[in-house]
Amino acid sequence: MAEKNVNEKQTFVVYVEDKPGVLNRVASLFRRRAFNIESLTVGHTERPGVSRMTIVVNADDMTARRIEANLYKLVNVLRVENVTHEPTVVRDLALVKVRVGSDTRAQVLQIADVFRARVVDFNNDSVIVEVTGTESKVESLIDVLRPYGIIEMVRTGIVAMGRGPDAPAISPEFVSARVPEEAVAR
Amino acid sequence: MKRTGAQIIWEVLTREGVEIVFGYPGGAILPTYDAMLDYPVRHVLTRHEQGAAHAADGYARASGKVGVAMATSGPGATNLVTGIATAMMDSSPIVCITGQVASGAIGSDAFQETDVTGITLPITKHNYLVTRTEDIGPTLREAFYIARSGRPGPVLVDIAKDAQQGTVDWEWDDTPVSLPGYRPDLRVLPDEIKRAVELINAAERPVILAGHGVIMSGAMSVLREFVEKTQIPVAVTLLGIGGFPASHPLNLGMMGMHGEAWVNTAIQEADLLLAFGMRFDDRVTGNLKTYAPYARKIHVDIDPSEINKNVRVDVGIVGDLRETLETLLPAVEAGDRKAWLEYIDELKGDSAVRDIQRLPDSGHLYTAHVINDLWHYTNGEALVVTDVGQHQMWEAQYYRHDKPRTLITSGGLGTMGFGLPAAIGAKFARPDAEVWAIVGDGGFQMTASELSTCAQEGIKINIAVINNNFLGMVRQWQEFFYKRRYAATPMHNPDFIKLAEAHGLTGLRCTSRGEIEKVVRQAQETEGTVLIEFQVEREDAVYPMVPAGADLHAMIRRPQPRAGTADDPA
Ligand SMILES: Cc1ncc(C[n+]2csc(CCOP(=O)(O)OP(=O)(O)O)c2C)c(N)n1
Ligand SMILES: [Mg+2]
Repeated sequence: MAEKNVNEKQTFVVYVEDKPGVLNRVASLFRRRAFNIESLTVGHTERPGVSRMTIVVNADDMTARRIEANLYKLVNVLRVENVTHEPTVVRDLALVKVRVGSDTRAQVLQIADVFRARVVDFNNDSVIVEVTGTESKVESLIDVLRPYGIIEMVRTGIVAMGRGPDAPAISPEFVSARVPEEAVAR
Repeated sequence: MKRTGAQIIWEVLTREGVEIVFGYPGGAILPTYDAMLDYPVRHVLTRHEQGAAHAADGYARASGKVGVAMATSGPGATNLVTGIATAMMDSSPIVCITGQVASGAIGSDAFQETDVTGITLPITKHNYLVTRTEDIGPTLREAFYIARSGRPGPVLVDIAKDAQQGTVDWEWDDTPVSLPGYRPDLRVLPDEIKRAVELINAAERPVILAGHGVIMSGAMSVLREFVEKTQIPVAVTLLGIGGFPASHPLNLGMMGMHGEAWVNTAIQEADLLLAFGMRFDDRVTGNLKTYAPYARKIHVDIDPSEINKNVRVDVGIVGDLRETLETLLPAVEAGDRKAWLEYIDELKGDSAVRDIQRLPDSGHLYTAHVINDLWHYTNGEALVVTDVGQHQMWEAQYYRHDKPRTLITSGGLGTMGFGLPAAIGAKFARPDAEVWAIVGDGGFQMTASELSTCAQEGIKINIAVINNNFLGMVRQWQEFFYKRRYAATPMHNPDFIKLAEAHGLTGLRCTSRGEIEKVVRQAQETEGTVLIEFQVEREDAVYPMVPAGADLHAMIRRPQPRAGTADDPA
């Protein structure tokens, strides 16, 4: 059973074949097994024909193993890596359009500067701030900007990559996951 | 050689060993039907695409081979859905081929266009939309490979009409299918085996839970050796029936909602459960919080995602069950579990007496009588296909199956209407078998049009319509849990004899126990399909019963009958 309202976030890197409908298959799996997706991003990789997804889910470790096993049941899924407990670079990108006037413009620009965010659009009434970073960094910036009046905002959801020189093998010898009983509190 | 897409379809099918296809034509699949006439494949025209899918499923379950269903786009494809979902839940290998509108028209709401790959995405093991002729061959080969390997299941291939019509150079080649994302790890790991063996050797009150996986992996004989060596008694799931002989002294019988009381009690008191190719469905566990509280659990399943899904286990072994048992067999100690077996025997008490022949014939006909006597008059050797409802549970309780693939029934989805078409498919898989479809008056009418199929194909099956003039199983729930308020369960039925006769088939009626032998014999001796209507007690209930979600040991038992009266069918 899917545990609902779990406050643990699990991050998966999932390699899939770049075929029509694959995103649909993955999304459908999460929906019908009642796993809660926090964010899902997908894009090309260094390998032609292979796409890479970063999926963040609310789930405990036990559910995470079941998600992994279920993802592997999808024929187009090549590799699933749970990077939650691995040293990982995690990045989220946001574009935030903020209302500015002559009195607030300087402050907003200064805030952007402090967060090492970039101003990518600028006019008399508004600016668009682009920020990249961990989710919490992005969220703090948003919090600080909110009082000035956020006109609109968009976030990409996170992408993740393990640190160090290695990459997960896209074509492992076997394609399946076992749910070890150690993952299970008795 | 230059071939059309339609020809490639039949080329692959025949190379894959397909001899029979169940289907229904229409515009978008017409090129394929036209090409069919040049290939040595028998086509069975069912009267509804649902019937085609169930027939392919029944064929697969009876033979162990892949069943094939074919339909046109749109309504043809959507009519397959129930059959596909049924096959999915019971891990039955079928390949469904549907026609699709021409590739250029996809997405335009063209006539009879339906996104059938979208619709069937969650109810297939995998599915494909093919829009190019050159992709047909490789895709169909993958479809067969996926359907039958690992944990089997349905695969749907939707093929655009222009792809069927196009021509390419194509030759069959035998190179094994290799899919980068489908390489299940079925190594049986020595560590897990070691821990399992330790648990087994130490167990004093073990029970084996034998499921569908026993039959699908062909583990019957190694299971038997294992059981005889370890003296561990076996409880079976509904789909596990036949995987271990009912007549074997160590076969306890069926577990779960309508399982035997002593079986459920043994499970609740066990110190070790060995789950072999079963998935701890809610219908067999009851309340998970109180399920088998004293038992360590070993779970062997081919699907890693089943392990630790419903029940948390101590040892999970992912792999083919037969191979796993072959590895376990030499490693486990020969056992003597006399005390435990004697205790279970005591639990049985009188209720274990299956010989209901001894009950007086009071004039009432009970389904238990019908099934028991049918078992008797078919020497326990019929291939029985059931529908869903009370009669299905009575079949499981009273027909004692000694051989695998002799009970075919919709377990996971519980699909009414499955019985007759699946029996047709089973008959084609095993033409020499004595096939009996045991169906309720309700479920039978969901696919009764397949009587025409029996007549047109000239096949011989026997159909036992258990007529209680009720949607009996639902009525039973209303009796137990809804104060006998029978909302929408009484049934006014047609004259089933005339219905059979209208199809050119034989119809017989049986209203008392004394007539059972006569009608069964008559059906056996009559050429062609015979329908027997058994008019049974209208308000009988299946006992024992574990109410949904209740503790497995909290069974509703049959109220004590006045001795020797008609209230006691068994
Ligand atoms: C397609 C479908 N619809 C509804 C149900 C719910 N259902 C389960 S058993 C049952 C009654 C079956 O009645 P009948 O076929 O007469 O068999 P009986 O229980 O009387 O033996 C119903 C309606 C179902 N299982 N399948
Ligand atoms: Mg009925």
